[in-house]
Parts: sequence; C-alpha cells; structure tokens
Amino acid sequence: MPYLDFLTTYSDRFLDGTLITLGQFGLAVLVAIIAALISGLMKMSHSKTVRATATVYIELFRGTSLLVQLYWFYFVLPLFGFTLEKFTAGFVTVGLCYGAYGAELVRGSIQSVPKGQWEAALALNMSPAARMRRIILPQALVTILPPWGNLMVEILKGTALVALISVADLMFETRQINNNTYLSAQAFGTALVIYYIFARFMVTPVMRWLERVMARKIGRM
Amino acid sequence: MKYDMSDYPLKLEGDNVPMVRFQNVTKKYGQLTVLDGLNLDVAEGEMVTIIGPSGSGKTTVLRMLMTLETIDSGVIYVDGEPLTHMEKNGRLVRASAAHLRKIRSKIGMCFQHFNLFPHMTALGNCMEGPIQVLGLSKEKAEKRALELLDMVGMAEKRDQHPSRLSGGQQQRVAIARALAMRPKVMLFDEVTSALDPEVISEVTSVIRSLVDQHNLTMLMVTHQIGFAREISDRICFFFAGQIEEQGAPKILLDSPQNDRTQQFLSAVLDAN
Ligand SMILES: Nc1ncnc2c1ncn2[C@@H]1O[C@H](COP(=O)(O)OP(=O)(O)O)[C@@H](O)[C@H]1O
Ligand SMILES: [Mg+2]
Repeated sequence: MPYLDFLTTYSDRFLDGTLITLGQFGLAVLVAIIAALISGLMKMSHSKTVRATATVYIELFRGTSLLVQLYWFYFVLPLFGFTLEKFTAGFVTVGLCYGAYGAELVRGSIQSVPKGQWEAALALNMSPAARMRRIILPQALVTILPPWGNLMVEILKGTALVALISVADLMFETRQINNNTYLSAQAFGTALVIYYIFARFMVTPVMRWLERVMARKIGRM
Repeated sequence: MKYDMSDYPLKLEGDNVPMVRFQNVTKKYGQLTVLDGLNLDVAEGEMVTIIGPSGSGKTTVLRMLMTLETIDSGVIYVDGEPLTHMEKNGRLVRASAAHLRKIRSKIGMCFQHFNLFPHMTALGNCMEGPIQVLGLSKEKAEKRALELLDMVGMAEKRDQHPSRLSGGQQQRVAIARALAMRPKVMLFDEVTSALDPEVISEVTSVIRSLVDQHNLTMLMVTHQIGFAREISDRICFFFAGQIEEQGAPKILLDSPQNDRTQQFLSAVLDAN
C-alpha cells in the first residue's frame, strides 16, 4: 500500500491517538507542576518530617522505572481498594514521576533568588506566604523555565508508556495499526514524526516564548 | 557571664523613652563574637551614624534591629517595647513571629545593594508593601507611592524596572519603598558604597531632606565622614563589636580622645 493510502486509511486512528496523547500530556504536566511545587517547597521546610516526606516521594519516583510505576498505579493499587480508571492512572503516574524530577528544579530555582530579595521583603514586613508568592516565585520562574522546557519534552515522551496500560494514545493506536497491517515502518514512522513535531515545533517554541515573556516582565530584556 | 532576664524591663517607661535601645546585646557567629554587650540608645528623631573599620559589627547592629539576625543575649527595645523578646506571664521570653511582625512594622531599612524587586516597576516596588502588608487599596497605595517617588525625584521613572535605572536612581526608589511603610525608624547600611562617586549626592541629598523634614529616627552606617558630620546628631565609632567612642560630630571628629578613633579617622581622611 502506498504511504498516502496508508495515511488516509488510518488518519482517524492516528488523530484519535494523538488527541489522547495530548490530553495525557497536558494533564500530566499539570500534575507534575503541582507535585514539583509542593515537594520542592517541602524540601526547604524547617521541619525534618516534612523534608523527609518529600525526599521519600522524590526518591521513590526517581529511583524506579516509570513503567513499573504505571503498573503499580493501574494493577496493584486496586488490590488495596484504590482503583483508578486507566486514563487517570496514566497521566497521574506520568505527572508524579516527572514531578519528582521537577522538585529539584523548583528548589534550585528558589535558592537561586538572591538572599537580598528575601531580606528586602522581610524588611517590608511581608508575611512568609506573601514573600514567597509575590517576590520569590516570580523570580524563580524565570530561572526554572529553560530546564522545565526540557522536562516537558521528557513528559511528552514519557506519556508513550501509558499505551502499556491500554490507554488508547498515539502509541497504542500505532501498535494496533501495526498488528493489523504489519506495515511497521509506515506505522511507527508516522508516530515518530508526530511525536517529534509536537516536541520540537510546539512544546519547545511555546516554552521559548514563555521564557521571553517572563524575561521581559522582569525587565531583563 | 550569665544574663538574667529579670535585669531587663518588660517595657521602657518614663519621660525619656528612647526610640531604640540595645541593652547588653551580644551576637556571635559560631566562635566569633561580633557584638559584645552592646548598649546603645537612640532618641526619637535622632540621627545616629555608625562609623568604624570593616568587620567591626556595624552592619550586624542594623540587621539585628531589622530582625534579619537573631541575637544571642540582651534585649533590643523599639519605641519602649521589647523587639527581640515579649512579655509572657510577667517575664520576657523570645519573641514569636507574630510579635516580631508587630514591632518590625516600625522599622524600615535600605541596603547597600538596594535589593529592589526586579520584576516590579519603581512604582510597583513602592506599592507592594503598603498593599500586601498594610492592606491599602491600590489607589491609596499608588497615591502614597507617587508622592514618595516625587520626593526622591523619581516620579518620572515610575514605570521603569530596576534594571533600567542607575544605582543612584535605584537607591532613591529603595528609600521611597521603605518610607511608604511609614516607619518610625529608618536604617541605612552604606547606601552610597555601591554607587559611582558622581551620583552619591543624589542619594545623600534625599537623606538630608529626611533629616530636615521628618521626625524620623535614623541609624546610618557610612564611610562618608563629611556627610556624617553634616547631618548626624551623634556619631558612634565602632571597633571590634563595641562602641569605642561616641559623641557629637564636631567633638568626635575634631578632637577624638581614643587612639583607635584617631587612627581610623586619619586613615579614612587620607583615603579621601
Ligand atoms: N552570616 C555571617 N556568618 C559568619 N560571620 C559573619 C556573618 N555576617 C557577618 N559576619 C562577621 O561578623 C563580623 C562583623 O560583620 P559586619 O557587621 O558585617 O561588619 P561591618 O558592617 O562593620 O563591616 C565580621 O567579622 C564578619 O565577617
Ligand atoms: Mg557592613
């Protein structure tokens, strides 16, 4: 079958899969942001217990494979009476996994804000929460965006694993097409191109644009 | 030496309550004793300048008063009330965060390196504290900020971010930012040391106008002896964490009694 015919025949399925992948990606990014922010801040707490809790989370998720984590969330947690629908299990696990990497980025970017900024905010008698929200986090955001952009690409690639718990994402659909047609080069080649286009022509440019916007906001440009 | 907290009054009362009192204040960094039993009173409306060699503890004095550093012993009072401590069951105990916040509201500080918030405009820097801390409405905070920016000659640059401002301009905005909180005590830590010589006068003239126009109590650390002479009510010469000598500018600068003061002054004057 010529490639164009292949594409027209299966474009619907590629499209369905791509939309699911995008959904997984967007929601996983959201989970990762929240998890990274919370655990990154916990890592800097004065309380040992709070720090230890964050460390356990970060170590667990960074020290084990995403695939094993996915199986745990989808197959093992139900045994403890905690059932997640596969779509949810997918993006939650991916988000938590990359959130653990993001935690260190959050901590590093907050610590990169000069000490004088904390002191000036304290001298204005701002509360700890206001100092963090109004003074520190906006400046940390500028430093965290470039490495966070790389993490976003990793998250996108990581979502491909949710196919293995039968979420009907791009990878899942591609495998199905391959199983039906044995046109491996066409099937996986198409998936490859779609993933690449998203990473290089959507995620990266959007992050670059955000970097520029934030840099301008902080008056560095 | 052991200090007994009962040696310290719960409150300063009477006719001549100082705006700031350091009573027997000691500060250590590990083994290093930076301030050793410091006693210093600053009266309301008084301008006290601290001079002394580098490392003698001048900055530490201001930072402790701003609550940026804890103290190891002694008590600091502000406006008659203990700052570093608070009363509990008739005794002084370490101040809680809430108590620190209450008393800290009377103090403002300007830093050597300005420390303006880079993600906010000059106006935004001056509105941030009044809105977030004092709960002023946006309109009121803006009005107050504009008045102060005008006073320091920075009204025209209100919409500029700090990165677009020169050092002297940034420091003037920083002064306006601190004043917007309406402090009773202002602290200036070498606010002209990071500036090019030709813009120093931009900042000193603002401080001078504060001395003339307001009933602010001020503590200033500076190496500009001439400026200190001109505006101070009193100059304290610090050496190794203690006040070696103090007095009215004329007396301290023109006829210092202490050898170390003489040496320091001649070294500084030679350098200028
Ligand atoms: N955070 C710190 N840790 C350890 N030592 C410090 C710290 N801050 C200041 N010091 C030391 O305390 C002494 C007094 O410092 P400082 O008050 O900054 O002096 P000055 O302002 O008179 O130059 C110096 O010897 C300095 O090295
Ligand atoms: Mg100093």
